[in-house]
Amino acid sequence: MGKVVVVTSGKGGVGKTTSSAALGAALAQSGDKVVVVDFDVGLRNLDLVMGAERRVVYDLVNVIQGEAKLAQALIRDKRLETLYLLAASQTRDKDNLTPEGVEKVIAALKKTFDWVICDSPAGIERGATLAMRHADVAIVVTNPEVSSVRDSDRIIGLLDSKTLKAENGERMEKHLLLTRYDPARAERGDMLKVDDVLEILSIPLLGIIPESMDVLRASNVGSPVTLADGRSAPAVAYFNAARRLKGEDLPVTIPGEKRGFFGKIFGRKAA
Amino acid sequence: MKFFQLFSRPQSAPAARERLQVLLAHERASAGDSDLVAKLRDEILRAISKHMQIDDDKVSVKMERGAKVSTLAVDIEIPFDAGKKAA
Ligand SMILES: Nc1ncnc2c1ncn2[C@@H]1O[C@H](COP(=O)(O)OP(=O)(O)O)[C@@H](O)[C@H]1O
Ligand SMILES: [Mg+2]
Repeated sequence: MGKVVVVTSGKGGVGKTTSSAALGAALAQSGDKVVVVDFDVGLRNLDLVMGAERRVVYDLVNVIQGEAKLAQALIRDKRLETLYLLAASQTRDKDNLTPEGVEKVIAALKKTFDWVICDSPAGIERGATLAMRHADVAIVVTNPEVSSVRDSDRIIGLLDSKTLKAENGERMEKHLLLTRYDPARAERGDMLKVDDVLEILSIPLLGIIPESMDVLRASNVGSPVTLADGRSAPAVAYFNAARRLKGEDLPVTIPGEKRGFFGKIFGRKAA
Repeated sequence: MKFFQLFSRPQSAPAARERLQVLLAHERASAGDSDLVAKLRDEILRAISKHMQIDDDKVSVKMERGAKVSTLAVDIEIPFDAGKKAA
């Protein structure tokens, strides 16, 4: 049985889609069978970031509405044969995502893939709650900036209350992925510190992705950054995050700093 | 800290950290409140309708959080003939 991972944040533009593609590719590059599912119905972008925009015939909504078989809608990556994409619909309304339909699709994907990565839309409405509903693991994507941290806190609250795991009284495994980290701004003292964000959100750190032109370049050519330039700083950071996701105990290094840093696990205080 | 920073703008990150800590302490504490307010409203409505007939939308309940205490504002509009109509 595969693991279902939701990549979520509350706030838009923080790097969920970029991270879904990069982590999905990194896991596939390590030999695992991966499918990345775009839940952003109406604003799909994962296909573009993964360079598959011209190959989308059927999407998640088609499968849920019974207009296509799941196998017909799965798009295999051209570079990696263990990486697949299930696109979101660009034209249909997000009300077409029914809880029962999503449940069926996720259950089927779990049977054939090692990882089912759900790229969540922004916000806290239906699309976001459906994307997190069946997750075994959550990756909370956060920028070191006040509004992003606040929204992440809200999302963590939802992960602990609105998911199947939470409703069954189980603990949702949550990881913080700090993205768009700018060492120059950190040095000037104008960016929240890694320790501060960790202390405030109280979930373990999966990785720190530096702000980098390499991410933009990769999305320009339609390639996850781990495939576009595997030796670039953001790619290395995503590779390491993927290894931690697989359970490896790997110290996190803060971009721009030499010292190693072990993700501290703070006990999140109950509200 | 670098020497020249002594003369430059103060860092803004510590302020961000403090503001967030205060704000989130409040938001976490009130996360369950929307449910609570809905429940209170329901029960108030039921208690009143035992004695008089009022419209569902004439009862408004609001919770506001202050630093030390929270206030609960209950606003009920009772029509003139409410008592007469009650069964
Ligand atoms: N580490 C990074 N460095 C530079 N740009 C980034 C980085 N991560 C994301 N971006 C850019 O930020 C924008 C939003 O990213 P995206 O992944 O679409 O966010 P989301 O899915 O959370 O809305 C995109 O233009 C993307 O290229
Ligand atoms: Mg996105």
